[in-house]
Amino acid sequence: MEMIEIIAGKFNYWIYISLMMIGFYAMIAKGNLIKKIVGLNIFQTAVFLFYISIAVVEGSTAPILLSRAHGALTPETVIYTNPIPHVLILTAIVVGVSVTAVALALAIKIYRAYGTLDEYKIAKMEQEAE
Amino acid sequence: MIIDFVLLFFVVICAVAAVSLKDLLGAVIILGAYSLLMALLWTRYNSVDVAFTEAAVGAGITTVLLIAALSRTMRHEEAPEGRAPGAFPWFSRITRLIPLGVVILTGAVLIYGTLDMPNFSDPNAPANLHVAPYYIEKSVPETGVINFVTSILASYRGYDTLGEVTVIFTAGICVLILLRRRFHD
Amino acid sequence: MTEHVIIKTISRLMIPFIQLFALYVIAHGELGPGGGFQGGVIMGASFILYAMVFGLEEGRKRISRKTSDFFSPTGLFIYAAIGIFCILGGGLYLEYDRLPLIGDAILASQLGIYGIEIGVGITVSAVMTTLFFEMARRDED
Repeated sequence: MEMIEIIAGKFNYWIYISLMMIGFYAMIAKGNLIKKIVGLNIFQTAVFLFYISIAVVEGSTAPILLSRAHGALTPETVIYTNPIPHVLILTAIVVGVSVTAVALALAIKIYRAYGTLDEYKIAKMEQEAE
Repeated sequence: MIIDFVLLFFVVICAVAAVSLKDLLGAVIILGAYSLLMALLWTRYNSVDVAFTEAAVGAGITTVLLIAALSRTMRHEEAPEGRAPGAFPWFSRITRLIPLGVVILTGAVLIYGTLDMPNFSDPNAPANLHVAPYYIEKSVPETGVINFVTSILASYRGYDTLGEVTVIFTAGICVLILLRRRFHD
Repeated sequence: MTEHVIIKTISRLMIPFIQLFALYVIAHGELGPGGGFQGGVIMGASFILYAMVFGLEEGRKRISRKTSDFFSPTGLFIYAAIGIFCILGGGLYLEYDRLPLIGDAILASQLGIYGIEIGVGITVSAVMTTLFFEMARRDED
């Protein structure tokens, strides 16, 4: 059946999308700021997983040049994984940790100013201060 | 194949646990385990450079920075009381379900979008046919480096790496400006 | 304090090897998995481990504020300076084939890539150390 073929070829992507949605839910539904940053990290890593899964090729090896035969792989017949998504995701991981560091520094400053990290309480405090 | 499924299963369990724990220290530690399982999954997908970076940066630095931030703020998530706007009790129950609805809608739209994508690990996908064979063939004759990822990162796309180092440096400066007390020393 | 003796002894033994491994990863970025970022993060993690086990003041004595502030832009400067050297040799910005004083184009390309990996490693390790020390400090007010 065509349905089984579609599901067999694509359910990996559906699992990655469900991971993204777990992270997205944590970012918008939870009130604590640190929980939002945890959700941001889960979302980012799931997006990287989705992107790397595009680079996977069946029967391939790591993208480093093979100079002599290793078991069934010989330098003439070997297929390499696509190296371009790896490069983009390397940059993205490092940018992600930079964003997390600045977000945590901002959360520490907010805690010092308001005494709480719950966004609803902070919004109420801001409303009462007007 | 079985290992891939077991790893994916544990990754999803870790994500759900990290989101729903009230004790933030436990959530951060489970986030470290999530990063490490992601690194193992990427090793299964033959992306060795990315797995190395994620294991070092995700499971190492992010966990340490989150625990350091937790030690300066609060450890437990505060209970949601007195948050409901409006006067009607059923209205508060609906507004609590809006984030769930948005998430399900976004997920459904994304899944509908993947029906057009090439199958998983297809060697004839358009992503693997245009620029990648050029880089794989010409990397050693033009740059002399056998690791294709390093040759693309440092030579063919060197500007992006320059921008990335600038981003890290800027993040260091931002944290200094936000958190350092005395600037004279 | 006897429960910290194991951690302190093991850390004292392991930290030189962790730093050696970090230098190995930076230097062998062209031959295998690794490179500037991974080695820089491992190097920064060794300093963070020292500060976590022996205390923040003790860690600040080894890596003073001036040191980590000085090395943060140094790596970026090395990266940009290699690009300027390529212009002096007659090529475009970051065209490693035209580095001056080196004859072979392939050797010049490999040395250029090696140089920028070192620059990236220096900046990443200094910034990771700075991030940890600034965030873990106790409030002085």
